[in-house]
Amino acid sequence: MKNKKNIFLRTTMLLGLVLVCFTACEREVSEEVKFATFTTNPAVFLDGFSGGLEYLPFQGSKLDAFTVDTEVKYNGTASMRFDVPNLGDPSGAFAGAIFPDAGGRDLTGYDALTFWAKATKSATINEIGFGNNFGENKYLVSKNNLRISTGWTKYTIPIPDPFVLTTERGMFWYSEGPEDGDGYTFWIDDLKFEKLGTVAQARPAIFNGNDVELQSFLGIQTTLTGLTQTFNLASGVNETVTAAPSYFTFTSSDNEVAQVSELGVVTMVGTGSAVITATLAGVLARGSLNIEVGGSFEFAPVPNRNAANVISIFSDAYTNVPVDFYNGFFGEFQTTLGGAININGDNIIEYTALNFVATEFKNPTVDASGMTHLHVDIRIPESIDASDFIRIELGDFGPDGAFGGNNDSSGSVIISSTALTSDEWISLDIPLADFGLTSRRNLAQIFFVSDATISNLLVDNMYFYTE
Amino acid sequence: MNQMMTLYTKQKITSKGYFLSLSRTVVFLKALFLAAFLMVHQGCAVDDTQTVVNFTELTMQDEFNTDGAPDSTIWGYDIGTGQNGWGNQELQYYTDRPENVTINNGIMIITAQQENFQGSSYTSARLLTKNKFSQTYGRFEARIRVPYGQGIWPAFWMLGVPEDQDEIWPSLGEIDIMEIRGQEPTKLIGSLHGPGYSGGEAISKEYVLQNDRLDTGFHIYGIEWGPDYVNHYVDDVLYSQITPDDLPEGSAWVFDNDFYILINLAVGGTFVGPPNAETVFPQSMLVDYVRAYKYN
Repeated sequence: MKNKKNIFLRTTMLLGLVLVCFTACEREVSEEVKFATFTTNPAVFLDGFSGGLEYLPFQGSKLDAFTVDTEVKYNGTASMRFDVPNLGDPSGAFAGAIFPDAGGRDLTGYDALTFWAKATKSATINEIGFGNNFGENKYLVSKNNLRISTGWTKYTIPIPDPFVLTTERGMFWYSEGPEDGDGYTFWIDDLKFEKLGTVAQARPAIFNGNDVELQSFLGIQTTLTGLTQTFNLASGVNETVTAAPSYFTFTSSDNEVAQVSELGVVTMVGTGSAVITATLAGVLARGSLNIEVGGSFEFAPVPNRNAANVISIFSDAYTNVPVDFYNGFFGEFQTTLGGAININGDNIIEYTALNFVATEFKNPTVDASGMTHLHVDIRIPESIDASDFIRIELGDFGPDGAFGGNNDSSGSVIISSTALTSDEWISLDIPLADFGLTSRRNLAQIFFVSDATISNLLVDNMYFYTE
Repeated sequence: MNQMMTLYTKQKITSKGYFLSLSRTVVFLKALFLAAFLMVHQGCAVDDTQTVVNFTELTMQDEFNTDGAPDSTIWGYDIGTGQNGWGNQELQYYTDRPENVTINNGIMIITAQQENFQGSSYTSARLLTKNKFSQTYGRFEARIRVPYGQGIWPAFWMLGVPEDQDEIWPSLGEIDIMEIRGQEPTKLIGSLHGPGYSGGEAISKEYVLQNDRLDTGFHIYGIEWGPDYVNHYVDDVLYSQITPDDLPEGSAWVFDNDFYILINLAVGGTFVGPPNAETVFPQSMLVDYVRAYKYN
């Protein structure tokens, strides 16, 4: 109801502005014009919900993970308590929620979201921030892997660019899973936006500050990743947050070759080279994308095996089994970017900055006991050195169909550089026996590992078959 | 003499040194605040700001209005690494190259670079008015934007002119008008060093900016120095007065003779620790002006 009213109000205001412009072209904007204003209330949760604030847990999360605690608090009469479930908790696999204010708030006068927090044990909160309203999340901000301890400590999540937050609805959000399988509890208190005045020395980045090279093709789209903003705080600490693309202004050095959208999606439109760079609030971001567009994309050969003899993980030629992801995130050691992309209606997988990456299909796992081979087409759009290799690893989750449980097995096959050719499709048909698995009744993972010897990899037509 | 005066470390905020000086200044500060309070109450109708500076007759000024190298009639250089990193295990090699010091658009820019140079990993600059300008008492002031980051150590300070060849630091006396640890971007430190109160035992006062920081804009750093006192101020805030009463029992006040001015940007050293992977280079200290006024 409130929301509707606001939208109506805004529309009226816009219409009003248009009319004023039409009738008063030669004069200043009339003094009668009132611009829509939104509350500048900085409080999110001090001793209770601030005006307009709601609680909306994520689907699949433990819905009652959040409670108001009047026993444990940093200040005042109450704090926010979050109970992270144990692994396997039937009430939810993780704790996570957003706290929006549907009315929208003007946060342009603040430079950070701050709060006090403590936990029952030292832990790392996966994601915590603001800008999430279950809508377009245009100005989403996440602090990844926030370390918290057992003592009350103040944390600061800087706003990448306050100037754009004229009508922000996402006041706070978090997502946290069990730590090594174990749940725990953390508390947050005095959660509010502040004008600290000490959030300075902005150092935005794309690709986490790296200059990334990419060989690409007409019609391909690629998304800029690793978008961050870093500020130096009064404590001397450099605080880095992940910032949504809309905080940035992207530029292509040649719009005839590559065009970049407001959301950081790059489309290859002509052959040649182009460099994509970005600024955030007028500050040039570290990192860039150097693209070589080499013409039309050459697709992998279309498979022609009888579908009855195939269990397909990824191919446009077959019906694929359910896949959980093409690029699972494995902690801080993985550098690999990318995943499945669509080129003019054809699906392929594109990885950049590869060191290792996994495709996972555990819902359900795949019984390949009746299959004899793994087929996969790979293409390496970079030069091949003698020390380069690709190791393909299969993971079987065992009878319990789940990772862990002392019944998993895995095995791998190494494709050495002599078997690799630069920039053309390589069709691999590897006997499953070569992987040395104890079982292939519950296959759930296919890894590509290069240990960064090969950075760019295209993958297509990944399936098991029997001859 | 430079080598001789380098046998100290600037680890000055040991609890011992700090609280010693604090306890002795508390009484005086109370009196000062009381006086200021009374003045405010009496002077509301006219001007309720505290008087920070009193001396206005210029004796030296460099506005850095000529692009290129600094004025050689005012400024000389310390070159190299001194002895043991200028006595503080500092990591930079000081040069007078334009890469490390130059004047551009009315601002003197001292830049710390990360580069391999003469066996050091960093270069920077240290300018001093030794044998060119020195003065007893008065007001010494500079308008500076400081750099930031772990291991970055900008300073605007003074050293006593030795009365004979044998007089060495700390007997010479040292007045630190401004020192900042790059990893503490809101905290300013002003100090006096002398015999019996040097290095870690120096008489120091800290001033922490609220809702602002020192590296995001220019600030005016100064002292007013007379017989038996040195007042430290930043912008319009007088944050410290040090007098002979603040010194340790039996130690000498060595601030009644000529002192010269130094401005430098150090990298690493015992006072700040080394830079780390997050320290951004280059780092520049911008100096808008340096001025000296006569005591009266």
